[in-house]
Amino acid sequence: MTADVQAGAPAIPAATPTAAVATAGRPRRAPWRILWWLIFLAGVAYFTLPLVGTLAFSLRAIPPLSAYTDILTDQQFFTSLGYSFVVGLLTIVISISLMVPTAFWVRLRMPRARPAVEYITLLPFVVPPIVLVFALISTYSHPPLPFTHTDIGSTALLVCGYVVLSFPYMYRAVDVGLRSMDIRALTEASQSLGANWFTILTQVILPNLRVALLSGAFLTLAIVIGEFTMANYLARPAFAPYLSLLGSNEPYQQSAVALVSFGLTWVAMGFITILGRGSRSKIAVTGAR
Amino acid sequence: MTGSVVQMNAQGAPTARPGRRRFGRTWLGLAPFAIFSTLFLLIPTAYLVVGSFQDPAGDLTLQNYADLSDPVITNAYATSLEISLVTAVAGGVYGFLMAYAVISAGLPRRLRSGLMTFSGVASNFAGIPLALAFIFTIGRTGLLTTFLDSVGIRPYESGFSLYTKVGLEIVYFYFQLPLMILIIAPAIDGLKQEWREASENMGATSRQYWRYVALPVLMPSLLGAMILLFGNAFGAQATAYQLTGGFINLVPLLIGNQLSGDVLHNVGLGYALAMGMVAILGITLIAYSVLQRRSERWLR
Repeated sequence: MTADVQAGAPAIPAATPTAAVATAGRPRRAPWRILWWLIFLAGVAYFTLPLVGTLAFSLRAIPPLSAYTDILTDQQFFTSLGYSFVVGLLTIVISISLMVPTAFWVRLRMPRARPAVEYITLLPFVVPPIVLVFALISTYSHPPLPFTHTDIGSTALLVCGYVVLSFPYMYRAVDVGLRSMDIRALTEASQSLGANWFTILTQVILPNLRVALLSGAFLTLAIVIGEFTMANYLARPAFAPYLSLLGSNEPYQQSAVALVSFGLTWVAMGFITILGRGSRSKIAVTGAR
Repeated sequence: MTGSVVQMNAQGAPTARPGRRRFGRTWLGLAPFAIFSTLFLLIPTAYLVVGSFQDPAGDLTLQNYADLSDPVITNAYATSLEISLVTAVAGGVYGFLMAYAVISAGLPRRLRSGLMTFSGVASNFAGIPLALAFIFTIGRTGLLTTFLDSVGIRPYESGFSLYTKVGLEIVYFYFQLPLMILIIAPAIDGLKQEWREASENMGATSRQYWRYVALPVLMPSLLGAMILLFGNAFGAQATAYQLTGGFINLVPLLIGNQLSGDVLHNVGLGYALAMGMVAILGITLIAYSVLQRRSERWLR
């Protein structure tokens, strides 16, 4: 990885002679090309340096690799990761069971409601996590609905908050997925065979949406496992707050866990890339963190 | 009025029987979504709106908004806006250059898919681990800092610090840049080779092509993407929290402090502070959707 970073340096002196030759023949092509290479390599250097720095920092621990072996014996690492994973799965299930019927129904029967639904699903861009958690806590920390008074209530509130955060990309993913199939024909065919709405949604629509939904699910998982703001202010034992607090006692282990967290994001996005091959539904843009 | 519209829609769907009777059930399909978003998005947001217009006794007041002129708060807004603007423009320009480099500037094709995949990961690599990665690298005892110290360049003695506004901008750049690359790539793909050939056939220089063809076509997409980047940085909280321990004065951090211990000693003022954020992000979203509509005209 360090080789990538240093590769930028020798490229500069090597560039000059090539440039001189090229200007004589085809004007401006080669020097421009070198400039584009430099822009690209400088960006790559910026991208890799913090990762290399974190890796090198984690390897400074004595004895060697103890930063990583410490993770394996750290109960809290597994409980917090497990907690975030379960919260992520709940978020995915609720988000999908809300978004698929809604987007389906809007396309099939309620095109009039489209602007309103789209407007609501875009609201999380306007209400960032810090404001959303502020609003949720302010509303649900006292009767009639004192969610935050119990652990299970706080976790429920966290899951619901994450579902709201997933609205923008989940709705768009499902909607784009629905656009590529003839839902009217599928619905009528199912109805004429005697299927009810539940059967249509679960047996006909859902399987056709699996690429879009799996991409959305992996993105949600990556986001939920890395999310700090809402989990922190709801005082939940999630992964990001655990990582945040690790540093005061265990700086080396913290750097190792930070890399693990990057690796988890990489795995989730890797699945999305594999799934996205040859499909039109691309989701990438999420909210602020 | 509503009844007749339902009838019209229903005619398109032979299995559905037209008529007023179906009206209630048609709406019912949206009920779960409507109830959920009302409970966990609309009511809580409305709670903040109402609270921001109330004094501690619960009476109607505009005082909370007047109190936003407090120097600490205006300073927080100024810093937040500045950081968001700087990183949106810097990330926007450099992200465009990098995306253009791998898409249209003749670099090997393989680099493109590599950069796109990495951007997908990096744009989601925000928050705590991102702040930590920079602390481990160019923090006071970071890898790069100690390396530079050993060769005689002492960044921390020549005025640089990661735990300042500039430091925070360098860190935010890490998620702004890949986000820009992801958003702008389709727009660069939309620049047709024929346009360049046509302008060259008519004797246009490369500069003229950019000035009169490519940039005007790209401009709405570029501006729209930068606006999205602006909102992305403006709403971010975790990265700054971890990096500065909450000591740098930003609006999201101020809201966080208010949330964990009523530091403003006035709940209503906290609500007004959050409303200011919502208002600014609302304007950015409207500006974005306007530009989005414009960019769709050319880039299909």
